[in-house]
Amino acid sequence: MTTNDTFEPVIIGFTCNWCSYRAADLAGTARMKYPPNIRLIRLMCSGRLDPTFVFKALANGADGVMITGCHPGECHYLEQNYKALRRYLLLRRTLQGLGVEPERVRLVWASAAEGAKFAQEVTSFVEEIKILGPLHWPTWAGNGHKAQAVQLEVEVPA
Amino acid sequence: MAKKEKTLKTQQPQEERIGVYVCHCGSNIAGMVDVEQVAHWAETRLKDRGVVVARDYKFMCSSLGQELIEKDIKEQKLNRVVVAACSPHLHEKTFRTATERAGLNPFMCEMVSIREQVSWVSTDKGEATMKSEAMISGGVERVRQNVPLEPLTVPINPATLVVGGGIAGIQSALEIADAGFHVYLVEREPSIGGHMAQFDKTFPTMDCAACILTPKMVQAGGHPNITLLTYSEVEHVDGFVGNFAVTIRKKARMVDTELCTGCGICQEKCPKKVVDDFYEAGLGYRKAIYTPFPQAVPRFPVMDIDNCIYFEKGTCKACEKFCPTEAIDFEQKDEIITVEVGNIILATGYDLFDARRITHYGYGRLANVFTSLEMERMCNAAGPTNGEVVLRDGKTKPQAVGILHCVGSRDRNYNNYCSVICCMQSLKFAHLVHERTGATVYNFYIDMRTPFKDYDEFYQRVLEEGTLFVRGKVAEVTDAARLPGEEGKLIIQVEDTLVGKQRRIPVDMVILSSGLEPRKDSKEVAKQFGISCSANGWFTEKHPKLDPVATMTEGIYIAGCAQGPKDIPASVVQGAAASARVLGKIEQKEVALEPIRASINEEQCSGCRICNDLCPFNAILFHEDLMVSEINPALCQGCGTCVAACPAGAISGTGFSNEQILAQIDGLLLLNVGEEKIPA
Repeated sequence: MTTNDTFEPVIIGFTCNWCSYRAADLAGTARMKYPPNIRLIRLMCSGRLDPTFVFKALANGADGVMITGCHPGECHYLEQNYKALRRYLLLRRTLQGLGVEPERVRLVWASAAEGAKFAQEVTSFVEEIKILGPLHWPTWAGNGHKAQAVQLEVEVPA
Repeated sequence: MAKKEKTLKTQQPQEERIGVYVCHCGSNIAGMVDVEQVAHWAETRLKDRGVVVARDYKFMCSSLGQELIEKDIKEQKLNRVVVAACSPHLHEKTFRTATERAGLNPFMCEMVSIREQVSWVSTDKGEATMKSEAMISGGVERVRQNVPLEPLTVPINPATLVVGGGIAGIQSALEIADAGFHVYLVEREPSIGGHMAQFDKTFPTMDCAACILTPKMVQAGGHPNITLLTYSEVEHVDGFVGNFAVTIRKKARMVDTELCTGCGICQEKCPKKVVDDFYEAGLGYRKAIYTPFPQAVPRFPVMDIDNCIYFEKGTCKACEKFCPTEAIDFEQKDEIITVEVGNIILATGYDLFDARRITHYGYGRLANVFTSLEMERMCNAAGPTNGEVVLRDGKTKPQAVGILHCVGSRDRNYNNYCSVICCMQSLKFAHLVHERTGATVYNFYIDMRTPFKDYDEFYQRVLEEGTLFVRGKVAEVTDAARLPGEEGKLIIQVEDTLVGKQRRIPVDMVILSSGLEPRKDSKEVAKQFGISCSANGWFTEKHPKLDPVATMTEGIYIAGCAQGPKDIPASVVQGAAASARVLGKIEQKEVALEPIRASINEEQCSGCRICNDLCPFNAILFHEDLMVSEINPALCQGCGTCVAACPAGAISGTGFSNEQILAQIDGLLLLNVGEEKIPA
C-alpha cells in the first residue's frame, strides 16, 4: 500500500454499447461529476470482453479495470452478460493466482438509465484503487511480462 | 511521480495519415478542456503515430466543420480520421458520412467522446485536458487498426406482424394494410378489440366505446391485406430486421372456421353456464362455447374445453347436434404456423392492477366495493346489469358513491408511476353515476391530472354537476360502523389534506380506479422478441422523446400501453406512428446492416465447438464434414462473445477486433493521470 497521497490511478473501463456506454453518456448529459481517472473503451457487449484485454491493460500501466454490462436478464444480445460474469469470476481467481489483488477488477451492471449509478461506481472504484495503491505488476522469470518466450529447439508435433 | 513516458512501436511508418479534429462544441467542451492545447499536443506528440494534422473548431458537426474534415482528407491525403467531440451515439453517423463524401471508407473514422466523458463530468481543466489527450491517443491507436468495412444489405420482406389486437394494434394493422402491404395480426383472445371493447363510454367526449371501435374491428377483420390470427400466440421469433420468421400457435377453437357462419346457435344451445371472468369482469355469464361479446371479430366462437360438459363427462355434444354447418370439431388440435415478415409491431397492452392486493380497500371482501372494470361493464347497456349502476344485489341503486383514484399507482407499496388514465376515468365514472342514479358522488384524489385537449373542461363539467372532491389518499374502506348514520354503509376513512382533518364518509358503493400494470408475461415477451423492458416491465423505446415507438432492436416497434400507461388517443397515435416507421422501412426495399460481424478463419478453427453454444442467435453452424464452424453473417448480431471465447483465436470481429481494442488500450495508457505535462 502506498503512502503517497498524490497517487492518481489510471483505470480502463470496458463498457457495453447498449447500456453502460449510454449510462456514461447520461452521466455527462446530466453533468454528474466523477474523477477523471477512468478512460473508457466501447465494446458492443460485455460478452466481447476477452480477459486478455484486462491483462494487457494491467500489464501496461492501468491500476484497475472496470467492466460494465447490462443488468442480468436485460442483455441486448439476450444473455451474453452472463458469459461476461463467468469470465469475470474466473478472471478474479486467475489474478489472485498471479499475485494481483482481485479487487482491481470490478464488474458493474448499469442500465442506460443509470447515469448516477455509473458515476457513483467510478467514484467509489477510484477511491478503492487509491487505497490499494499503484499496481506493481508482478515480475517473475526475470523481467515479467517483457520476458521473451523461450524458443523450443525442436518443434513438438501437437 | 516519476514520468512514465512510453514509446509505441510504429509498424508501418509511412502508411497512416491521420487527421485529428477537436470540437469546442461552443463552450460545452472548450469551457473545461483546453482544446487548442489538445489539438497542438496531438499534432506534435502523436506525429510519429501517423497524425499529420490536428485542428480544433467551434462546431465540428456544422457543415463548415465537416467541410474542414473533407478538405483535409482530399488535400492532405488523409486515410484515417479521429473526431474528438460528443458521444458517437450522437454524431458518429454525421462524421462517417462526411468521411465517405471525401472518398474514404466511413469506417476509417473513429469518434472520441470528450464531451460526455470528459468536459461534462470533470471539474479540473488541467485534468480534463489531459484525459482528453489520453483518449485521443487511444482513438488514434485504434483508428490505425481500422479496416474498411462494407455494410451488408438484405432485402426487406414487405409483410408485417402486429402482436396484440387492441386499439393500438388494430390502428397499426389498418395503416399498413391500407398502404397496400400485408399484415398478420395476432391476438391471444378469441376476438380483437382488447380492453377498449369492454368499456362503455370514452372520456372526455363520452363516445360509446363500441360505437367507435366496432367499425375499426370490422374493417380489420375484412381487410384483404390483413390475416387475422385470433386465439393465437407467438411461440418463437427467428431472424432479424427485414427477414423475421415467426412461429405462431393457433390454439384449437374446436370450431372449423371454414364452415362456421357465426350464427350463434351453438352458444344458445350449450347447457353449460360459466362465470365470465375475462370479458364481463366476473359480473356475468357466458357459455362453454362462446364469442366473448356480440360484436366479436372474427365472429367464430371458441370452445372452453376446461368447462365443456363433453370434455368433463364424455357426453353432451349439444353444439355439434345443433350446428347447421357441421363446423364443430371435437378432435381439433393446436396448429403451428410460421409466417415470414420484415417488421414487427408489439402492441400487447396492459394488465389491470389487481385491487385485491390492497386488502384495506376491501375488494373481494366487502360486497359493494367494485373495480373500474366492473364499473365499465355495469355502465354498458349490453353488460350484466343492462347499464344500471346498482349494488352487488343487482337491484338497489346507491345513494352515495365513493370513487378512489390512484389504486395501485403513485403508491410506493405497489407502483410508483402514475397510471395516466385514472383521473379521467374516475371523472367519467362520477359523471355516469350522477347521470344514472342521481347519487352523491365523492372523488378521492391525490392530485388532479387532466392534461390534453378538452380534459380539463371535462373536469370543470363534473365539478359543476356537483361531484364532491376530497383531496387525500384513502386510508381504509370498512363496514365497521362507529358513528350514528354509518350502520349498513361502507365508511371511507380519509385525511382531507385541504382541510387538514380526518374524515369518515359513509357511502353505499365504492369504485376503485385501478391502475395499469405491464402484462404479467411482458418480460418473457421482451426476451422472445429481443427487446428490453424497464424494471417494471414496460417495453423500452429507443429514445424516450425522439424515438418513442422504435426499440433498440431494428425492425421491432412498440405501440400503446405496452410501452407505458396511456389513454386511447395516445395509443392510436402510437399505433399509427409505429406503422409509419414500418412503412418507411418497407419502402426502403432493403436494409443496410451494421457491418459489425464475427467471422471464423477456417484454417485456424480447431472444431472445438466452444463458440457454438455461446451464440444466442444460432448464427454459428458446425460443418461436421470439415470439422470447422462457420458464422452466418446475416444472423450474427455482432456482440463478439464468440470472438472473446475462441481458444484458437480463429474468430475475428469486425469493428471491434482484438487489434483495435489492444491498440486502444495502449493508446489510452500513453499518459498517466497526474503525471507531469510533457512539453509539446
